Amino acid sequence: MAKSPEIEHPSKAFGWAARDTSGLLSPFNFSRRATGEKDVTFKVLFCGVCHSDLHMVKNEWGSSIYPLIPGHEIVGVVTEVGSKVQKFKVGDKVGVGCMVGACHSCDNCDNNLENYCPKMILTYGANYYDGTITYGGYSDTMVSDEHFVVRIPDNLPLDASAPLLCAGITVYSPLRFYGLDRPGMHVGVVGLGGLGHVAVKFAKAMGVKVTVISTSPNKKKEALEHLGADSFLVSKDQDQMQAAQGTMDGIIDTVSAQHPLLPLIGLLKTQGKLVMVGAPEKPLELPVFPLLMGRKLLGGSCFGGMKETQEMIDFAAKHNITSDIEVIPIDYVNTAMERLVKADVRYRFVIDIGNTLKSSS
Amino acid sequence: MAKSPEEEHPQKAFGWAAKDSSGLLSPFHFSRRETGDGDVTIKILYCGICHSDLHNVKNEWGFTMYPVVPGHEIVGTVTKTGKNVKKFKVGDRVGVGVLVDSCKRCESCQQDLENYCPQMVLTYNSYSQDGTKTYGGYSDIVVVDEHYVLRFPENLPPDAGAPLLCAGITVYSPMKYYGMTEPGKHLGVAGLGGLGHVAVKIGKAFGLKVTVISTSPKKEDEAINRLGADSFLVSSDPAKMKAAINTLDYIIDTVSAVHPLAPLISLLKLNGKLITLGLPEKPLELPIFPLVLGRKLVGGSDVGGIKETQEMLDFCAEHGIASDIELIKMGDINMAMERLAKSDVKYRFVIDVANSLSQ
Repeated sequence: MAKSPEIEHPSKAFGWAARDTSGLLSPFNFSRRATGEKDVTFKVLFCGVCHSDLHMVKNEWGSSIYPLIPGHEIVGVVTEVGSKVQKFKVGDKVGVGCMVGACHSCDNCDNNLENYCPKMILTYGANYYDGTITYGGYSDTMVSDEHFVVRIPDNLPLDASAPLLCAGITVYSPLRFYGLDRPGMHVGVVGLGGLGHVAVKFAKAMGVKVTVISTSPNKKKEALEHLGADSFLVSKDQDQMQAAQGTMDGIIDTVSAQHPLLPLIGLLKTQGKLVMVGAPEKPLELPVFPLLMGRKLLGGSCFGGMKETQEMIDFAAKHNITSDIEVIPIDYVNTAMERLVKADVRYRFVIDIGNTLKSSS
Repeated sequence: MAKSPEEEHPQKAFGWAAKDSSGLLSPFHFSRRETGDGDVTIKILYCGICHSDLHNVKNEWGFTMYPVVPGHEIVGTVTKTGKNVKKFKVGDRVGVGVLVDSCKRCESCQQDLENYCPQMVLTYNSYSQDGTKTYGGYSDIVVVDEHYVLRFPENLPPDAGAPLLCAGITVYSPMKYYGMTEPGKHLGVAGLGGLGHVAVKIGKAFGLKVTVISTSPKKEDEAINRLGADSFLVSSDPAKMKAAINTLDYIIDTVSAVHPLAPLISLLKLNGKLITLGLPEKPLELPIFPLVLGRKLVGGSDVGGIKETQEMLDFCAEHGIASDIELIKMGDINMAMERLAKSDVKYRFVIDVANSLSQ
């Protein structure tokens, strides 16, 4: 019979978990494995609240295993390293993102694309090599194979860099892969939330002209004055959208709700690329004529491999890019989730784990 | 008041046109412009029947301007050249494909992508720069700016090579653009019709492994034994489709009816590319999750520029690639259209215009 979460591993751990599809999180005693020879153990200081966490605590994707501790934008300070660990030492500032394991022997792993490995193990809610369930960063400690740990450079504030570990890499990777990173290009960013606002910052740092496309006119001022976007389109305004037809080399679409693709395809120049990083559950309608008539494409992307994640963090450090965050105590997390449903946050909640997550025992 | 089709230009012409959305074609007298300084006048020998012709005669896309003379897979002989014409002389064997004009100034035109020029003029059912309508190759002669005329290679049969002018370039162009030509990689061809069968031949010429994906099990023998495909997948067989998940690097989707994309996307490996070439009347359903999880893409493509069309013809001549055709007389065109609607042709009808178009 499977051991309870509290005793299945030797090191005590404490976090907040969802127990059922209500998605409500509450204190949860569990345990972490002992620091293996290739493992890095760190004290968690901050963890970003990703929209995926919300999908998962409510089992919206149908794959959740309860109790579920979410959190895959985890940063902290190393407390112990295994005997074969080469890249990190105690005291280092580190982070862990969306995955904690992969097969290391397939083509994808060989090409630094562990995120596309068929045996990739997610940071939470997945089966680890030892058969136990992985628990995420809404917790006091984290143990990870060093391969899946990134270094956070000293000049990046830990709290505001946590969201880069998912939101950051999720938009950085496709900007590079789909070639939307060349100075002078014009890229649209659909949706100004956790992913969207970081996409604007990265694209600007790459020398790209950025237009934010949003349903909310009240985000315009922020987008232009604070985030540095070059222009702003209200997607429901037909005249604005019409005037911008055929002007963009690419679009990063961060919206995970159902939404029409036709107007976005129309914004693309000939040979333009629409990249989906939000994942609506149900299929969308693909208008074929405009895709063909302009030799346009629509592609997807799913966070990034470890090499690229480190590259992204280093790029962010070089250009002083961090997420815009609202730091919250752990016991605000359920309220934060409710606000997240309404997109009421500029632009990522980050849980101050170090200062507010205390075991009751 | 606008002149009638017979009177609007000085050169008499004769062809078959559809007059309404029944799509039935019948004899039609019209006219062609004078051979301008940059023009070539062509006596039409053969014209392929493209599925777009069927869509157009029945106004399935909603923009047909009747009467419409279809036909954009034209092979013929030059009979007249304008005084500035450099590339051709009388007697040359030539081809005309899907477009006959463009602006020549925009970025697309400058990059030899006339097919993406916003002012591209289609070979039929389009407006010329002089404001008159264009009429296609189901006719005796056509007058075209030499820039848009292709040199038809000597060793390509003029009848079986005619479909290359649309079907051929339609599959060749995206295969080059989307990088689907690495020898040893695995290409899926969905739909085994006019486009599909040429895609198999061109795919094999690029050194690819080719799997045909079709709803019709009875096409398997032909696909493998005659066209040279390496394997055949019946898309309506769930077990076979499941076994083929994650095996294809690329897919050329030639199906012109509305059809599900999800099963095709599941066949693709990581970074796989699905290029859709058919033009269904309605949007297709696109599942996003599999694209995100596998970094896959769905792209479109629309024929090709003139330079690339010439390159494709020369490539096909070099590799002995032509279409598999059924030659018909002009008078049988309506029967052919009916059969085409049922995909009852291996794999392109070609009209023997010169020998069967009589007034």
